[in-house]
Amino acid sequence: MTRIITTYGQLLAVAMGQTLLLALYGLFFACIIGMIVGIMSVVSSRVCRFIAAVFVNLIRGVPMIVLAYFIFFGVPYLWNSILGIGGMTLTALQAGSICLALNCGAYMAEIIRAGIESVDVGQMEAARSLGLPWWRSMVRVVLPQAIRTMIPSIINQFIITLKDTSILSVIGFPELVNTAKNVVAATFMSFQTWAIVGAMYLVVILLLQWAAKALERRLKYGA
Amino acid sequence: MEHRQKKVAIHVSHLKKSFKSLEVLKDISLDVAEGEVVVIIGPSGSGKSTLLRCLNRLEEASGGEIVIDGTDITDRKCDINKVRERVGMVFQHFNLFNNMNVLRNLMLAPVDLKKQDRDTARKKALEMLGRVGLSDKAEAYPHQLSGGQKQRVAIARALCMMPDIMLFDEPTSALDPEMVGEVLEVMKHLAHIGMTMVVVTHEMGFAREVGDRVIFMDGGLILEEGTPEEIFGNPQNPRTRDFLNKVL
Repeated sequence: MTRIITTYGQLLAVAMGQTLLLALYGLFFACIIGMIVGIMSVVSSRVCRFIAAVFVNLIRGVPMIVLAYFIFFGVPYLWNSILGIGGMTLTALQAGSICLALNCGAYMAEIIRAGIESVDVGQMEAARSLGLPWWRSMVRVVLPQAIRTMIPSIINQFIITLKDTSILSVIGFPELVNTAKNVVAATFMSFQTWAIVGAMYLVVILLLQWAAKALERRLKYGA
Repeated sequence: MEHRQKKVAIHVSHLKKSFKSLEVLKDISLDVAEGEVVVIIGPSGSGKSTLLRCLNRLEEASGGEIVIDGTDITDRKCDINKVRERVGMVFQHFNLFNNMNVLRNLMLAPVDLKKQDRDTARKKALEMLGRVGLSDKAEAYPHQLSGGQKQRVAIARALCMMPDIMLFDEPTSALDPEMVGEVLEVMKHLAHIGMTMVVVTHEMGFAREVGDRVIFMDGGLILEEGTPEEIFGNPQNPRTRDFLNKVL
């Protein structure tokens, strides 16, 4: 155990950094996608709601590993060879971030839609009755209340996405699982290596949960 | 003609409203003069709340015409938000913004719609809170208030927009009995200072005392209207008589 830590500790720490970097990119764009698609699924326009539903169901209906292969190998192949446009290259980090953003974004959209729908319609009606446009009512009244109820689910989704980065080892991104595989291949110490990797994930996720609890407490108004 | 038009605050003609195949309002025509207090009574499901909600387009009319202060709000091109700034609404379940304290509830619309700067809006809000007797609750959050206090804040919130017309949708129906009085007092005060009001309520005492005109609705139609004396003293329609016998 100590030999793994002293010899490969730094390597694994860097890999954890890569995992976090990938998760950060993915989550950042997932939040944007989730917000846009989530709001699209509660507006009155049928076209918007339809597009949102198609996106969510499409992404949810495909395993992330397939999505990862599709984006990393399939899309450049389509672009360069089938369409013959050429010149498209995707790094593993780019493809991985897009994959996480799409996947997590779809689930975030559902969380945001449900959060908005959990706010009593009377809140929107009261804001509209004062003359506020729909969008202002959403931003000032509905979303602040929706986000409060959404936080536990969002954190849950963050944790799932953080762990899902390990799937992206299949496209060769040097994140924690991919690196650990190499360490095991070099040392044959699979028990020790995987125990350490598991503990590293656990620590990061516990820290994330702790931060989330603190945030939740701060967002309680006038308690 | 010019003069007459100015005096009509709300003009409704042949209003129809359906939800899917359910016809809730069948053929409603109604004029409300400036400064008039019109009280709408009737059994539940008679369409009275729907009628009220059509008046600021929270429900879209399926047919007919509604003119508020000279603006036809059934015209899709009309700026409904501008009309709503002049038409306050008070809801059965108060609908105070839970994420804001009382003062910010009152200041939101005046500041956001740039009718007032923050200082003016704050002054106005405090004045309105004083008027409903809740000056000490400016910093409280909605969940810290009683039902009666919430409803009085809701009235103050609507008043901060300086509306010409106030709509009340069963404002006391969700209140504990001992809190009904404090809300009705505020409404009476509004009526006395000449606010144009349309009130849907089950408070027959209020209808009789404050209403200039009482309208009885059933089955999506106005079955009878008249002064409180006429409606409560000598109802003509048998359905009105039947309803009043049950509630009085």
